[in-house]
Amino acid sequence: MPVSTANSRLIYDALKACGVRLVSALPETWLVHLMRMAEDDPEMILVRLAKEEEGVGISAGAHLAGVQSAMLMQNHGFLASINGIVSCAQLYRIPLLMLISYRGEFGERDPWQTEGGGVTEDLLRALRIPFSYLDNPDHVARRIAKGQTLAASSNKPVALLLCRDLMWEEAF
Amino acid sequence: MPRSDVGGGILSAAATFRRLDALQAVYARLENRIVVTIMGAVAAELQSIGHRPNFFYLQHAMGLASSMGLGIALSRPERQVVVFDGDGSILMNLGGLTTLARYRPRNLVHVVFDNESLLSVGGFPTATATGSDIAGIAAAAGVPRTATARTLDEFTRAFDEALAAGQLTTIVAKVEAVGPSAYVTGLSLLENRFEFQKYLNSTRAARAAES
Repeated sequence: MPVSTANSRLIYDALKACGVRLVSALPETWLVHLMRMAEDDPEMILVRLAKEEEGVGISAGAHLAGVQSAMLMQNHGFLASINGIVSCAQLYRIPLLMLISYRGEFGERDPWQTEGGGVTEDLLRALRIPFSYLDNPDHVARRIAKGQTLAASSNKPVALLLCRDLMWEEAF
Repeated sequence: MPRSDVGGGILSAAATFRRLDALQAVYARLENRIVVTIMGAVAAELQSIGHRPNFFYLQHAMGLASSMGLGIALSRPERQVVVFDGDGSILMNLGGLTTLARYRPRNLVHVVFDNESLLSVGGFPTATATGSDIAGIAAAAGVPRTATARTLDEFTRAFDEALAAGQLTTIVAKVEAVGPSAYVTGLSLLENRFEFQKYLNSTRAARAAES
């Protein structure tokens, strides 16, 4: 299963460097190494969820209690979280840091993923959530840091899309 | 309360106490604890008794009061956290009970005021009016301590035992389907949010200064 361990490490280290100490996550293929790193790290609290939307509430609580957090989810998990994002995070100005694996895009082989890809960016734009792409190891640390900076200064959710070119090691 | 959708379902026994009475009875215990409520009658009624900076009212995102409580409890293990939830809310996030149970923070007490209805939108029955048992669901989800309180005395006893037990507890309080005359209060949502954060940060700073 060619999920990039090296690039997962870059992402994980960037989260730690931003001060993230709690990660809520629901597994999907591209996130398995990230979740393992969080699990193995005694300095990180990993909260495995039944449904991604719970992570919005958990991050909101952590933020108000002074602990920085991030959400790891597939784009379909983002879809499952929309009401929480709008009526908890946006309503209460919570700086949610969302790392969203961008399935259903160019190169996607799984038919069940293909509807989600087409709506992900439109939904982020409709909700006015600033987002950027993580598709090359060179900019991973910088973009995660800048995303965290914007979330903190605006007290609003920010998203980073984990793209196939970064996460998946097959030739195409 | 009319039960037009009961059919072959189980009729619950009539409730004997009010949410407002329950909140009043335990209000003093809330002084040094971190309190999160969901929206609706519980938020308005707790405010009517007396707002404090350690109270946060999640005035939407139904289902997420318990998730917020979990996030706070994990972030501040040295403090006790009380969540005041509702049946309508927890029914929207039953999966969250399994997450609560998975991490079972010792410092979290989860109260569900179960009036078997969505009151603020007109009093429509929820599934707890036709036999769904939230305490049973919580226990089966793995929550280590659960209780159902059908009288005010049962509630205050269960609440005090939960505070003392140092274990994750879900208490279902079967209350009457009555509520406040108004749901919009004078406290702005954002004022509450920032004041609550300041309170949490100030108590953390004070603890750090002591050590």
